[in-house]
Amino acid sequence: MTQVSMTVNGKSASGTVEGRTLLSQFLRDQLGLTGTHVGCDTSQCGACVVHVNGEAVKACTMLALEADGAEVGTIEGQANADGSLNVIQQAFQDHHGLQCGFCTPGMVMSAAALLKDNPTPTEAEIRDYLEGNICRCTGYHNIVKAIMAASGQDVSGIAAE
Amino acid sequence: MYAFDFERPSTIAEAVAALQDEDAQALGGGQTLIPTLKQRLASPSKLVSLSGIAEMKGVSIEGGVLTIGGGATHAEVAADACAPLAALAANIGDPAVRNRGTIGGSLANNDPSADYPAAMLALGATIITNTREIAADDFFQGMFTTALEEGEIITSVRIDVPPGGANYQKFEQPASRFALVGVFVARTANGVRVGVTGASEDGAYRWSEAEEALNKEFREDALMDLRPNPAIMIEDLHGSREYRAHLVRVLTKRAVAAIG
Ligand SMILES: Cc1cc2nc3c(=O)[nH]c(=O)nc-3n(C[C@H](O)[C@H](O)[C@H](O)COP(=O)(O)OP(=O)(O)OC[C@H]3O[C@@H](n4cnc5c(N)ncnc54)[C@H](O)[C@@H]3O)c2cc1C
Ligand code: FES
Ligand code: FES
Repeated sequence: MTQVSMTVNGKSASGTVEGRTLLSQFLRDQLGLTGTHVGCDTSQCGACVVHVNGEAVKACTMLALEADGAEVGTIEGQANADGSLNVIQQAFQDHHGLQCGFCTPGMVMSAAALLKDNPTPTEAEIRDYLEGNICRCTGYHNIVKAIMAASGQDVSGIAAE
Repeated sequence: MYAFDFERPSTIAEAVAALQDEDAQALGGGQTLIPTLKQRLASPSKLVSLSGIAEMKGVSIEGGVLTIGGGATHAEVAADACAPLAALAANIGDPAVRNRGTIGGSLANNDPSADYPAAMLALGATIITNTREIAADDFFQGMFTTALEEGEIITSVRIDVPPGGANYQKFEQPASRFALVGVFVARTANGVRVGVTGASEDGAYRWSEAEEALNKEFREDALMDLRPNPAIMIEDLHGSREYRAHLVRVLTKRAVAAIG
């Protein structure tokens, strides 16, 4: 067992892990941050996407020890300081970008990573960026619409609700 | 996953030393290795992470020579390499995979459907390890097999940026988005080179008949009478041998047309 320390959503966090402990397991089982969902555990679905040093990664396909010393961001850290939904989360609610909600943490974290690099993406760029995020409910249209709206763009051209 | 020890050295020398232990294995971005470990298809005693080694990072172009660190991620190559290779890297997997997966890991793995091997063959890349330099033509030795020795690490890749341009055409397998077939054509200082991935039972290869024809005349029509041999092709539920052979020619033509 090895000591691991990282900053998670701005707070320092540490624990004792095995070499094989995944970042997703450390976040969920040791820190209780169960907003990071594990859908497939085979790096396909993107439900587990978190930010490591500002970049989107699949937490089910990264060892916890690889994140030693890193800045990690999860869905729990996304809301505004007063607890209200941030602009991306609010847009998902406004535009019905979720149904069961299982994929949503990963979708929001991927969307945040996209908008950081590309503040006004086109519809095609959004769809391309979400290649590794699978949703079994929405058919994606309203997710794309929510992300467009969160970036302050007109969404009237995106598929109907 | 079976249990294993974990080390994260900060220099190549330390990593090489750590890999001397019996059954120790290098960890690049883990985008292939971690799924493999989860399936218990490998049981290393120790993983030696290469992610903390600064001297294996980065992508630079100087005097027409592109140097890519063995630990450079697909996202870094997409951002900083010469255009045709950057475009290839930008289309590997998805953004999260590109933020972790590395060129060294992809080349060492030599998946028969991976994108980079076709590019390395077509660009005449040199694969540099902690002990030697290996020409791409000698590096790939069949599906999941390379010239790497036990414990040898890919520290960087060196490529002469092709003066006449290059282009990669990938026909994606719609579920995995790996290459069902991918063809990289480059007009190098030593002539046209054509690297093919996804197609052959022997892994990535150079299509020498096409190279010969294109060296005479760099036009799509030069490929008109060529037919890749279906006998050497992969056959699976995604495509027959004949279909893959057909794709090799079509994608080569498209790459030639794109270079112009
Ligand atoms: C969802 C998904 C989609 C993908 N899509 C594509 C795709 O479209 N095209 C494509 O080409 N690939 C694709 N990949 C594979 C991806 O590119 C991997 O990143 C790559 O194959 C392995 O690189 P890695 O750095 O993650 O290596 P790892 O998984 O860490 O290691 C792979 C192997 O290489 C060895 N190794 C790692 N680094 C080195 C080094 N520097 N020197 C020597 N040996 C080393 C390891 O010991 C291991 O045997 C995909 C992967 C996923 C999960
Ligand atoms: S749980 Fe990580 S990609 Fe599906
Ligand atoms: S809302 Fe149910 S999986 Fe996306």
